[in-house]
Amino acid sequence: MNSLSLKLALRFVFARKRAMSMSLLGIVFGIAFFVVTQAQTSGFEVFFIRTILGTNGSIRVSDRFQDLDGTVSKVSKDGSARFIFRSRENARYVEGIEYPQIVRQALEDFPQVSGISEILEGTAVLDSGSRKHVVQVHGLRIKDHLMVSDLENQVIHGSVERLASDRSGVLVGSRIAERLRLEPGDRVTLIGGTENEQLRVSGIFETGVSQIDKNRLYLDLSTLRSFLGKPFGGSVFQVSVKDPDAVAGIAAQMQETIGHRVVGWQEREKVWLEVFKALRVSSAITVSSILLLSGLGMFNVFAIMVIEKSRDVAILRSMGFTPRDVSAVFLWQGGIVLFAGILLGSALGFLTTYGISRIPLRIRGIFSTDSFVVNWDLSHYLWAALISTLFVGVASWIPARRAARIEPAKIIRETL
Amino acid sequence: MSTPSQAGSDPLLLVEGLKHSFTEAGERVRALRGVSFEARGGQVTAISGPSGCGKSTLLYLLGLLDRPEAGEIFLGGRPMAQADDDSRTALRNESIGFVFQFHFLIKELTARENVALPLRKAGSGEEKALEQADRLLGQLGLGEKTERFANKLSGGEQQRVAIARALANSPSLLLADEPTGNLDSENSEKVFQLLLRFAREREIAVLLVTHNPDLAERCDQCLPMRDGLIALDLES
Ligand SMILES: Nc1ncnc2c1ncn2[C@@H]1O[C@H](COP(=O)(O)OP(=O)(O)OP(=O)(O)O)[C@@H](O)[C@H]1O
Ligand SMILES: [Mg+2]
Repeated sequence: MNSLSLKLALRFVFARKRAMSMSLLGIVFGIAFFVVTQAQTSGFEVFFIRTILGTNGSIRVSDRFQDLDGTVSKVSKDGSARFIFRSRENARYVEGIEYPQIVRQALEDFPQVSGISEILEGTAVLDSGSRKHVVQVHGLRIKDHLMVSDLENQVIHGSVERLASDRSGVLVGSRIAERLRLEPGDRVTLIGGTENEQLRVSGIFETGVSQIDKNRLYLDLSTLRSFLGKPFGGSVFQVSVKDPDAVAGIAAQMQETIGHRVVGWQEREKVWLEVFKALRVSSAITVSSILLLSGLGMFNVFAIMVIEKSRDVAILRSMGFTPRDVSAVFLWQGGIVLFAGILLGSALGFLTTYGISRIPLRIRGIFSTDSFVVNWDLSHYLWAALISTLFVGVASWIPARRAARIEPAKIIRETL
Repeated sequence: MSTPSQAGSDPLLLVEGLKHSFTEAGERVRALRGVSFEARGGQVTAISGPSGCGKSTLLYLLGLLDRPEAGEIFLGGRPMAQADDDSRTALRNESIGFVFQFHFLIKELTARENVALPLRKAGSGEEKALEQADRLLGQLGLGEKTERFANKLSGGEQQRVAIARALANSPSLLLADEPTGNLDSENSEKVFQLLLRFAREREIAVLLVTHNPDLAERCDQCLPMRDGLIALDLES
């Protein structure tokens, strides 16, 4: 009987082109808008993750600790223990990695590890002669570091090879270079260590994350050790793994094994990731309101239609249609509009997303990019379809139920 | 009236002590107060009487659109008054045809599609149903207008389409509530002739509610109603 109900539904829908196309339009725009905003917000998120992974790596191994399972319990006034935390808060940390060779060997035993770079971090002032700038200095072995980062592709002027061959070479973040008007080959002075260090700019890098681009310098590990007067120890490891999504488990395993603090990128960038998530969810909720409104519009159309169509329902019932057949006619109508809406809305969303990704747009905020960043993800379309199905489902289900309850004798009596 | 057999064959429709009332604004309106009669296949039975005497109420009960308070309706020997909804719905599709004063055609469908609906509901394929609809419409003199949408037909034509729809599943009982009420005398005559013809040809029991005494007189049986009762019962 469903094909008959479907056929009637099609006729009813096409006989009400204006009301139905308004409902359809609402769904189309709602879905398209949903897809586009998700593509954008998650585009920036994915961009951020890719950048941060390419810059700071998947895993950071730092301070050694001794007490692994500190337990903190919070006791409330009446004496009962309300909250029990397991934490490392009371652990005694030894800053940095004391015996890098041993830790490195232990890390290399993990099959998922694809690269290990030892980094010594410090703060200093960079002096170009005319201007000064406070910087975060990262001392590293460039060959190792290329294994754990995307630095090679982030260098926009000069090259990483120059740093590899020049022990007093330095890679400068693009925003620092802009401020200090630096170019590859320029001489600079690093101030703030045991003694000032004369350096030469090997290259300028841009990660796209401005917090990094305006603060960071890369130079040779041994050069930085002598500048900071730290001949050994105190360094951290940046580790890359084959599957960055599996980091959480690996990090926990590493921590158990090597007794150092091991932090995966998800945990490290938690604050940012949460900001992105909040942004994504809030935009989804906001945009869903368009779908909600079109659902309400549709409900209105269907509710009026059930009243208009009560004679037809009565005669259908009199010729042997069951209440279920009748409600199927109305549910199908919602289904037809929904189906068309999902198809057209997804197509519109897809095209608009593509269009937006082509818009040249220079952003220099938390990120820097030269066009809108979008993320292509089927799940955006599925979510849009799911949400609109929910709203349209309710919008047609309630009138359909009402139609099924129409008493034919009553309607026929009232019509005559 | 406890033994239905009277003139050879069992009556197609047997009604016993049918009672029905409505509650309107707290007051009980007794629309039917005990109606009993029988009708046979091939016969046209006229039901007449003043407005409000319960003719339509009776027809809706017979058409299984409503349930009586008391009494029983035997259709082909089966008691239907308290049968479950599904079998009543199925019976409406298979064995009962309705024609009302208003045509109740679905305006989004063509004449033939309207007629095909009960056939489709009964399970026949679209093509077969439409062919049969065309044949019926042809018999009703509407062979030229099968593709017309329902609202593009005249009142008389619409009523004939409605009759075709009522006949589509070859019902054994046809219930017509003032089918000629909205028609001029020429069209009334046409519709009446059709009902008479189909009753004879197809052995259908036709129940015709009419205010027209001429038509009532020409029927095989006439049931004058008054105040929810059949007047004959009062007299006898
Ligand atoms: N839904 C209802 N609620 C209350 N009273 C009703 C209802 N339907 C019918 N009645 C009453 O029941 C009685 C019989 O009504 P019915 O429609 O059967 O009359 P009728 O003989 O068909 O009249 P007409 O010739 O005007 O069509 C009337 O008094 C009417 O007012
Ligand atoms: Mg009436």
